[in-house]
Amino acid sequence: MTVTSPPQEPTAPRAVRRPGDRIFSGGAKGAGILILLILAGVTVFLLAESLPALTASAEELPGEGGLVSYVWPLIFGTLLSATIALLVATPLAVGIALFITHYAPRRLAQVLGYVVDLLAAIPSIVYGFWGIAWLAPRLVPFYRWLEENLGFIPLFAGPVSATGRTMLTIGLVLAVMILPIVSAISREVFTQVPTLHTEAALALGATRWEMIRMAVIPYGKSGVIGGAMLGLGRALGETMAVAIILSGSAAGITFALISSANPQTIAANIALQFPESTGLDVNTLIASGLVLFVITLLVNMLARWIVNRRADFSGAN
Amino acid sequence: MAKRIEVSDLDIYYGKFLAVQGVNVSIEPRSITALIGPSGCGKSTFLRALNRMHEVIPGARVEGKVVMDGQDLYGPDSDPVTVRRHIGMVFQRPNPFPTMSISDNVAAGMRLNAKRMSKSDTDDLVERSLRGANLWEEVKDRLDRPGSSLSGGQQQRLCIARAIAVEPDVLLMDEPCSALDPISTLAIEDLMTELKEKFTIVIVTHNMQQAARVSEQTGFFNLNGVGQPGRLIEFNPTEKIFSNPDEKATEDYISGRFG
Repeated sequence: MTVTSPPQEPTAPRAVRRPGDRIFSGGAKGAGILILLILAGVTVFLLAESLPALTASAEELPGEGGLVSYVWPLIFGTLLSATIALLVATPLAVGIALFITHYAPRRLAQVLGYVVDLLAAIPSIVYGFWGIAWLAPRLVPFYRWLEENLGFIPLFAGPVSATGRTMLTIGLVLAVMILPIVSAISREVFTQVPTLHTEAALALGATRWEMIRMAVIPYGKSGVIGGAMLGLGRALGETMAVAIILSGSAAGITFALISSANPQTIAANIALQFPESTGLDVNTLIASGLVLFVITLLVNMLARWIVNRRADFSGAN
Repeated sequence: MAKRIEVSDLDIYYGKFLAVQGVNVSIEPRSITALIGPSGCGKSTFLRALNRMHEVIPGARVEGKVVMDGQDLYGPDSDPVTVRRHIGMVFQRPNPFPTMSISDNVAAGMRLNAKRMSKSDTDDLVERSLRGANLWEEVKDRLDRPGSSLSGGQQQRLCIARAIAVEPDVLLMDEPCSALDPISTLAIEDLMTELKEKFTIVIVTHNMQQAARVSEQTGFFNLNGVGQPGRLIEFNPTEKIFSNPDEKATEDYISGRFG
């Protein structure tokens, strides 16, 4: 390999630097660095504070059998409730978004869009109260029916909770909570589908539904996934609604969705236990927080991978 | 399969605004009919009314008759979806589906019509249509690549392949070359001359040389002023329009003494 010394560049005339540009670029750079610093700060805090719990022996920790057996049911409960929420909310949200963008008359669409945005702004504690005071009791007869008719499926195994404060209830409440986010983002990407593409489908003789399948959904898919992941993030981290509704008995791992024995979720467990914890118990809770942090990180990376897998076909080029 | 289109007393509206007024014209099968005229005179609007794409825009509607081989396209028992399956369209800007591969783009229309097609039938159709659009040799090694990976001219020929894959009776082209360079334009003009053996072609163009080169019949649209509806001023064989038009307005437009 030959190394050629680069020809002496004639000194280019210095570009004019305007103060406005400099202030703006500095501000933007600062904001970018700040977000990295905050993320690093949180990570360092979580790692440092959970270290005592990670290194402690099993006997010193709350529960029996050490950190893993303490955190594992919480991880399971978190993932289970969030998965139920996502499975219920995503199809509904996409349906709502499609109705608003492609089926509803313009005035109704505006009202609906406004209502959906409003739903997103309701604080989660309100959803929690609604879930425990209104939804849960009304779900009990439905759960009884499920147990009688579909009880052979482990998901619906008895005994049915008398209060309705079950894993399925919290899954549904979380679904209602994330519905507005997912549908608002889906609506946004569906309205951005270029007329060029929808007209291409219509001109081929596609019906409205065929046009949606051909042009709208494929174009909006990555946006819908992104919206679903935002919703999943909210469901994973939701604290108050879960803390209120789930009767978190230490049930361990169970897929029974309608019985009163449920695993707690990480976030709700932290909120419930923290006020009465001291010393190593606090470190344990922080360690479970670290796990939640890692889970959300993994979920986001998974979503990014799904979106990028067919980047060539995304319609962004 | 090419069919004749008879248009009588066609008024085209956007809401309350009358955009095109009183068009009477007969479009011959197996020929190319060009529509020329200044911007905003309603040629594209008229073209989109021929396959009921006009009504896709909210509030847009049409009065009058468009009859294709005895069937009134705006009759009470006529379905816009069926009309569009028989009258294909190529747009001003190439618009392959970005989420589909090249071959899926070509087969897209056929998949709407016949739900299930065997792999070999689909492959045959894709090859036949791409050959018909003079694109096969350029893309045969990358049929599974996205349609958006092609150049503009290739994308436009892909759109033509997609339109002719469903074997329509009529092919409408809305300024198909305005976004293309001269070489791609030439390729598409050659293609049009081949396609007119099988299809009735109507093309809107701003390029008068193009109209003169490819078409048999030419219609000249114009409007009297801003806010006035566009009208079909003259419809005659292309040779006559460009050598000895009946109307003074046509002659002014063609010779550049416009306005």
